[in-house]
Amino acid sequence: MAGIPHDHYEPKSGFEKWLDARLPIVGVLYSTLTIPTPKNLNWMWIWGIVLTFCLAIQIITGIVLVMHYTPHVDMAFDSVEHIMRDVNGGWALRYIHANGASLFFIAVYAHIFRGLYYGSYKSPREITWIIGMLIYLLMMATGFLGYVLPWGQMSFWGATVITGLFGAIPGIGPIIQEWLLGGPAVDNATLNRFFSLHYLLPFVIVGLVVVHIWAFHTTGNNNPTGVEVRRKSKAEAQKDTLPFWPYFVIKDLFALCFILTIFAAVVGFMPNYLGHPDNYIPANPLATPAHIVPEWYYLPFYAILRAITFDIWFLDAKFLGVLAMFGSIFVMALAPWTDTSSTRSGRFRPMFKWYFWLLGVDFMVLMWAGARPAEGLVPIISLIGAIYWFAYFLVILPLLGRIEKPLPVPETIEADFDAHYPPKSSVER
Amino acid sequence: MSDTTGTRRDFLYVATASTGAIGGAAAVWPLINQMNPSADVVALASIEVDVADLEPGAQMTVKWRGKPVFIRRRTQEEIDAARDVNLDELPDQEDRNANIPDGDASDANRALDETGEWLVMMGVCTHLGCVPLGDAGDFGGWFCPCHGSHYDTAGRIRKGPAPENLPVPQAVFINDTTIKLG
Repeated sequence: MAGIPHDHYEPKSGFEKWLDARLPIVGVLYSTLTIPTPKNLNWMWIWGIVLTFCLAIQIITGIVLVMHYTPHVDMAFDSVEHIMRDVNGGWALRYIHANGASLFFIAVYAHIFRGLYYGSYKSPREITWIIGMLIYLLMMATGFLGYVLPWGQMSFWGATVITGLFGAIPGIGPIIQEWLLGGPAVDNATLNRFFSLHYLLPFVIVGLVVVHIWAFHTTGNNNPTGVEVRRKSKAEAQKDTLPFWPYFVIKDLFALCFILTIFAAVVGFMPNYLGHPDNYIPANPLATPAHIVPEWYYLPFYAILRAITFDIWFLDAKFLGVLAMFGSIFVMALAPWTDTSSTRSGRFRPMFKWYFWLLGVDFMVLMWAGARPAEGLVPIISLIGAIYWFAYFLVILPLLGRIEKPLPVPETIEADFDAHYPPKSSVER
Repeated sequence: MSDTTGTRRDFLYVATASTGAIGGAAAVWPLINQMNPSADVVALASIEVDVADLEPGAQMTVKWRGKPVFIRRRTQEEIDAARDVNLDELPDQEDRNANIPDGDASDANRALDETGEWLVMMGVCTHLGCVPLGDAGDFGGWFCPCHGSHYDTAGRIRKGPAPENLPVPQAVFINDTTIKLG
């Protein structure tokens, strides 16, 4: 791979040379694992490993759950209870899978907001950012499809509401909706295809993760200073970096152990805390739960969907809500081009910091609003939250680059690192 | 000169690409079409419901095309209540009846028969698709628990966020005790 100069794999034994001449796989793995990594990465750079781990754990637990699950409207709910009560260790597998989705989304939001704060999306990492957004969209789709499979009340009515979004498209909407559902309403055909796609999409995500890693291994990692690793020579690069193995692997695994301790406690002691009790009622097309809420990780975008309660020209509120919801992720994907600041890291941007943290608050407020029934002040709070979300990406980021005076940026990663951790005297070394 | 040689080769390029595109589309179409409603789902597009056991003031809910349909045999009080309403008071002025297109929202246009005894409509709130509860709400008809829409004894929206009256599906009496939906 191109990028920061570093040592390459040298096949030594006869077999290694034989293999390397035919398939240089060991060299690729070696370069990937020992990639020079900025030595000043902070704890916000652990989420990539957490996410990779989540993807692996979801695929592994998912594959074994499928061995006991039945995708049929008459049997799906019972087969999930069968997993919980009869299958050996089934309760643990299912709770790990269900809560694993939540951990996955906690990690991805931390990862995305890390990127937003330190300007990781900026040139030359636009492709990494775009691939990341695609992964995030696929994660949302996969999570939604999976939530339908237990065939509880929230599964059924969540699927009805979300597929209804496609029905809101003017003209062809109802045709698309019927095509997605395989009938006039959510039913067995819907459950079967959702099961098929829920099994497929994680593997598409695996492919995109490989491309995501490939892209940022080509550009090198961003880091908290936003200053690029010097790459004129290997010696210079080594002053700014440490190899990924063993330094960052050990650090990431330590963080992962810490997170998994909390995760294990949640799975063991409060496995249904993030779920909805109504999903333990079998799906009933003839009775609606009083208050349909999506899983917590969709709430901010669900709030944006419901924030639009007025028609504009010939477009009705429902369709505008759908546009706003998808648009809110689209504008985030545009950040590499709407952010005009030449300073990459938020650490050196005094005004940007305020707007960034306000975006974080906005995200939490929208999440709160999405969980509430749409009455009283909730719709207007959602609307204000949605407007700030769009304004941040489409107005604030472009303007800040022009009016803000950034703080001085360190010359090199090494200089910043030494300022924080002064080098020990040469005698001690 | 280059034109003549170029044309021949260009033709081959275009012909190959066209064949490839059409062949590709022909191969993809079955994969898309398989997701459309299957024959058994389409076959259930119309059902017959026996309503012989329904007493006045009682209601049954049947599943039709995956959605609930309310069939109510109304009492005389309910019919009178629905017919006493001044049409100007109604938020939705249209009958929303698939059997009587473009009618006004009078009770006669909503009911299935002349006397108004039989009311058949989709049990799907026109707000966000919840299922309203019967014998409830401020108007003695239906009440949607999700966001508080009140429907009267003719299933017309009277109060709350729902924009339209509960839709009346295609329905007809095929004999004295059987209603055909669809």
